[in-house]
Amino acid sequence: MTLMSYRQALHDTLRSEMLRDENVMLMGEEIGVFEGSYKITAGLLAEFGEKRVRDTPIAEEGFTGAAIGAAMLGLRPVVELMTINFSLIAIDQIVNHAAKIYGMFGGQAKVPMVIRTPGGGGQQLGATHSQNIELYYAFVPGLKVVAPSTPADAKALLLAAIRDDDPVLFLENLALYNTKGEVPDHDEPAIIGKAKVTREGHHLTLIGYSRMAYVAKKIADQLADTDHLDIEVIDLCSLRPLDRETIIESVKKTSCAVVVEDDWLTYGIGAEVAATISDGAFDYLDAPVRRVAMAEVPMPYAKSLETAALPSEDDIIQAIYQTLDAIGHRRSKTGPHD
Amino acid sequence: MTTKKPTAGTARKAAAPARAVKASAAGKTAAKKTVAAKAPAKKAAPAKAPAKKAAPTKAKAQLLDFYREMLFIRRFEERAARAYTQAFIGGYCHLNLGEEAAVVGLMDALRPTDYLFTNYREHGYAIARNIDPNRIMAELYGRADGVSKGWGGSMHMFDMDHRLLGGYGIVGGQLPLATGAALAIDYRGGDDVVMCTMGEGTTNIGAFHESLNIAELWKLPVVFVVINNFLGMGTKVEKSSAEPEIYRRGAAYRMPAARVDGADPVAVAEAARIAVESARAGQPYLLEVTCHRLRGHSVVDPAKYRTPEEVEELKLHDPVHNLAAQLVAQGLADEATLAHLDEQILARVEEIAAFAEASPHPDVATLFDYTYATPVPNDSRRLPGQPLFDENGNAQ
Repeated sequence: MTLMSYRQALHDTLRSEMLRDENVMLMGEEIGVFEGSYKITAGLLAEFGEKRVRDTPIAEEGFTGAAIGAAMLGLRPVVELMTINFSLIAIDQIVNHAAKIYGMFGGQAKVPMVIRTPGGGGQQLGATHSQNIELYYAFVPGLKVVAPSTPADAKALLLAAIRDDDPVLFLENLALYNTKGEVPDHDEPAIIGKAKVTREGHHLTLIGYSRMAYVAKKIADQLADTDHLDIEVIDLCSLRPLDRETIIESVKKTSCAVVVEDDWLTYGIGAEVAATISDGAFDYLDAPVRRVAMAEVPMPYAKSLETAALPSEDDIIQAIYQTLDAIGHRRSKTGPHD
Repeated sequence: MTTKKPTAGTARKAAAPARAVKASAAGKTAAKKTVAAKAPAKKAAPAKAPAKKAAPTKAKAQLLDFYREMLFIRRFEERAARAYTQAFIGGYCHLNLGEEAAVVGLMDALRPTDYLFTNYREHGYAIARNIDPNRIMAELYGRADGVSKGWGGSMHMFDMDHRLLGGYGIVGGQLPLATGAALAIDYRGGDDVVMCTMGEGTTNIGAFHESLNIAELWKLPVVFVVINNFLGMGTKVEKSSAEPEIYRRGAAYRMPAARVDGADPVAVAEAARIAVESARAGQPYLLEVTCHRLRGHSVVDPAKYRTPEEVEELKLHDPVHNLAAQLVAQGLADEATLAHLDEQILARVEEIAAFAEASPHPDVATLFDYTYATPVPNDSRRLPGQPLFDENGNAQ
């Protein structure tokens, strides 16, 4: 194991996969000479050359589609979209082409490609640069959507995504790039489509992905100390396919759940998780599933407004308290309770 | 029904010299030319022109081959239109009627190992790529023997063996894909070429600009072919394109370009050969082929936007009719021979329709077979009427 940042884990994994398989190549805006907007690809142009690290024009539809076409002929392109907001310019190629080509032609052509892109608000980037719109892609059969929250998962899921024969949207997060964690030295790809229980507990199930999985784990650890609460945390890891059974197993044990997400609440990922719990664990539920999500506004620039629009740690803690209160669960500051 | 194609074993040119050609020079040349297909490409791809030196008998045979194939596409498409009205074919159905000469001329320029990306008006291309027409019609019928196993329909035919890498229903969607396929060829140092066809309406969307820009920047082996039939669905090209002479748009990317009369299969084949040679030498190319769509945009379009005068004039542009007249006038075939050929083709097309009708509908058990190439846990296999969790509590 090596302690490293989420950014470093991504960089090292890209590099090792390029060394392993010469069909792996990178495409994106400013990933070469500029070394990437978030420096994930630093040094790779110098090491691998222009053939395998391609600076593209600002043409998301064009170069994302070109990566899809190259994948149809067996290359394994890893595309970097500078932020997920810009994926909207490429959405025709992602949704109407990458997601459709395998099925629409009766399984005759695979599209083994990865689209890496960060979401995330909280950086004062305003309305068009702060969105969390992974839902648009998680909605579409034919795509796989993964969202690692730790450096170790960033490595394991990126390995899996690159080696997978389907198009994978790989969601990163601006706020996670500098977070650190232990990363295994050996290559062990994750299984796409599986969620992770990152903390076991029996009082409440707290569910998140990407940055919010990180925040959820932190809050659960904190409440164990301060409130002696034993919260189970699920990191979804994969948004499509969604691991419904891991969610249900947990809620059957805890009888209540809070879903936390950086995207908007209405029609969001949390809505799908809540509906899943309603369908699969209705008889076990002691309280409505609570969702903590962003306010339904375009993200403002001003810090005061941006902070108010985004879910805070305190918002999540209050939602946990209210859910436990609703089921008559006495909270204790003095010791564990059942 | 077969197409004569150059064999893959013909001498291949080294790509390197032409890749060194200055793009600006090629661009200037293209801008000066109006309809000549030859000059710009000669700059980029100093290829020999074997077709021009062909013996008269070979030219005669080629013309007859073209006619046979054009007539086959004509009769196939007419049969498809009938099957549509009989409700054997659903969805959209766009026909190549009026584009037969363009289709056979373009496909004649490709090696069997070259790739084709096309749009939703594609049946003729599938035929000219030597895909079994039984399977093409079966795809139109949505049957298991279809080229795309019934998953694609009229707009989405695909056959890796014949290197038809898809008809695409979203206007312009195929352009970035074709560019990427050319990138993969270039990445591996191969000498295959990608041809990408589109309608003239496609040249107004972003994917056209982005793809031509990338192809030229990276010198990819791709030929962009614009079938200009002067109409979107019903909107005239002058109403949709600020530059209605589409080939002139190549100048914006310093890409050699040419325009050719799509009613003449020999002229199309020659122009396409020059374009393909250029691409094979690393200089992408824009080829505009002018055509006249003989019927509506799709089978269900009565084309009421055409004036009676325009409808009358269309008859003069029928490439199949015109080539038949040419064959007779030049003494290459007589009326009786052509009538006999037509009878044979009509009979064959009936067999094709019968094959499609007899082909089984796809088994519903295969509904979930093509969502993912790499199997993945928790992939849903739930049918619409089923709950999210089965009676055992398992997600489905």
